[in-house]
Amino acid sequence: MKPAIEVKEVSKMYRLGQVGSATLKDDLVRSWNRLTKGKDPFADQGQENDRTSAALNPYVWALKDINFEVMPGEVMGIIGKNGAGKSTLLKILSRVTTPSVGEVVLRGRVSSLLEVGTGFHPELTGRENIYLNGAILGMRRVEIQKKFDEIVAFAGVEKYVNTPVKRYSSGMYVRLAFAVAAHLEPEILIVDEVLAVGDAEFQKKCLGKMKAVSQEDGRTVLFVSHNMTAIRQLCSRCVVLKNGTVQTIGEPNATINTYLTTFDKHILEKDWEEQEAPGNESIKLRSMSLCYADGERPTTGMFEITRDLVLKARYEVKEPMGAFTHGLSLFNEEEVNLFNSHDVTSSLRNEERKPGMYTIEAVIPGNLLSEGKFSISLTLFKKTPFEIFAQAEKVIQFSVVDEMTGRSARGDYAQGWPGMVRPLLQWSSKKDTL
Amino acid sequence: MKQELPVTHIRPQKSWFELGWGDVWQYRDLVAIFVRRDIVATYKQTVLGPLWYFISPILTTFIFTFVFGSVAKIPTSNIPGPVFYLSGLTLWNYFQSCFTGASSTFTANAALFGKVYFPRLASPLALVISNLVKFGIQFSILIAFSFIYHAKGAFVWSPDLHILLLPVLVALMALLGLGAGILISSLTTKYRDLAILVSFGTGLLMYITPVIYPMEALPIQGAWIIGLNPISPLVESFRTCFLGVGELSWGGLAYSGGFTLVLLVMGSLLFNRTEKSFMDTV
Repeated sequence: MKPAIEVKEVSKMYRLGQVGSATLKDDLVRSWNRLTKGKDPFADQGQENDRTSAALNPYVWALKDINFEVMPGEVMGIIGKNGAGKSTLLKILSRVTTPSVGEVVLRGRVSSLLEVGTGFHPELTGRENIYLNGAILGMRRVEIQKKFDEIVAFAGVEKYVNTPVKRYSSGMYVRLAFAVAAHLEPEILIVDEVLAVGDAEFQKKCLGKMKAVSQEDGRTVLFVSHNMTAIRQLCSRCVVLKNGTVQTIGEPNATINTYLTTFDKHILEKDWEEQEAPGNESIKLRSMSLCYADGERPTTGMFEITRDLVLKARYEVKEPMGAFTHGLSLFNEEEVNLFNSHDVTSSLRNEERKPGMYTIEAVIPGNLLSEGKFSISLTLFKKTPFEIFAQAEKVIQFSVVDEMTGRSARGDYAQGWPGMVRPLLQWSSKKDTL
Repeated sequence: MKQELPVTHIRPQKSWFELGWGDVWQYRDLVAIFVRRDIVATYKQTVLGPLWYFISPILTTFIFTFVFGSVAKIPTSNIPGPVFYLSGLTLWNYFQSCFTGASSTFTANAALFGKVYFPRLASPLALVISNLVKFGIQFSILIAFSFIYHAKGAFVWSPDLHILLLPVLVALMALLGLGAGILISSLTTKYRDLAILVSFGTGLLMYITPVIYPMEALPIQGAWIIGLNPISPLVESFRTCFLGVGELSWGGLAYSGGFTLVLLVMGSLLFNRTEKSFMDTV
């Protein structure tokens, strides 16, 4: 089987600042001088500018040597920071602009959704706009006729098909626009961030539709989004663009994690030397670390939401001490203290400590934290009278991600999920018998 | 068995020798719906709607009758002034709206062109077709005027078989406006100052077109300039065929036809090249 999309050595160069000389006068002067004096008066200027600002090359590669293939039926995600070249790539693939170098081969009809409601005319009715938008996106009239009722039903605008869309609420407008796009039947669908619009329910509908399009109809989808959860759920592979080049291509979970780690600083392990260790003369905190229950630790610093995490710490008691306990505090990215816990279970907690090394472990259960970034503080302290012996504040820093295995509290829901914590609750339901 | 999938190659630049009209045929439904959109939108947007299509030529005709007829006393080949001017204006207005509309294809549609691909020629083509509605309205006014002045006995309206040539003249005018328009629109993406030239240039162009005067009334030494204008034979022939007065200049028509063809081919070539890269320059 041949790939549906082949991107071969594609590069796109932009020239910063003005393109061409922009006015007819300049070009006429240039032609005249070339004819009469045999030289271009603006050429000198160009060279001069070049010398003074050699570092600022006016040419910029928005994309450089992009290579990848997408097989039919595959959903390929494209992620990258702003300015990484995502939009330029999409523009080339949807034939809005051409590459400077290289070639793209598309096998099948292509529809691109770089925005919802492209070409919608406010004065026209919903019905007229369905035909207009459908035609702009490459549908034949008969196809639209066949799908018309389905589109209207999907958008939920049955009552308003004969109302000009300028009287629509913005939600209805977007729903109608997406509905047209969703019912296109191209072999290749190129989608850019359209899911950023509409309410949660509609977004879910859109994601479901896109999934159906690829899985049931075997269409190829190229999907650009900043919504990592949507990418994880929908895509079979993922391309990470960075500064106009392909950074990685691969299975979405791994690529997304690599992509995210390039931004987030994670500290999963900390060892202290004698001098710098938190504590006092009699007790020193020597190390802290975070890992899964089996001792494994993701190199990316991103822990799976469903798995138990173990916080380990070692401290050194230098001279005999009275009983004291261990406590931890967990914070989210907004510095909200999500919970505190002190040792009420371990065997040593009420005993006096003899000099030596001690190891403590605390298990943070899976399916408790939400997705996001967290930090942990550890304290060695006495309750009565309250006294802190050693404290390491927000030393461990890590992230929790939902890899959409279906076993988390999310289930298969891919949209935004509020809440400080995300416990997996036990639900039951039955039909009442009267 | 599944049908063979169409294969698209996206490469750096289209070759110079691609007219691009084949793609437009693939998208004929889009052209049809653009035409519909243009008509409906114009109709809905203004309070008076298409009434403007009646008001503006009638007003213009009466002002011309006063200025050029009563004040300047330019002869009108023994045809009543209003009929004479309107017969010229009807086709001229059609050319003007096609030309100015098509010449702003890229700038007016930048937002749409930046988001989705379709053969860009569909836009100016649809425009030329939807302008036919406006032309039709003005043409019906012309018929009404001719009828009234004929009934009043101001002149004898006796169209002969030549009247069958009218659709050909209108089509030629459409293609001429389209060709010139797409040529200019391609150039304006690079040279913005051309847009200014278009707006006042078309205003002036009317004066070197036999709209307010007949070719025969021209002094010999100046006539060649008017003759070089490819619109002149079309406007002149339109009047001749419609009113049934004067002689048809086949040579002039051939000149217009040839000019139209050259302009259309040049325009298409340049337009196709521009369509590929204009998003980077706009």
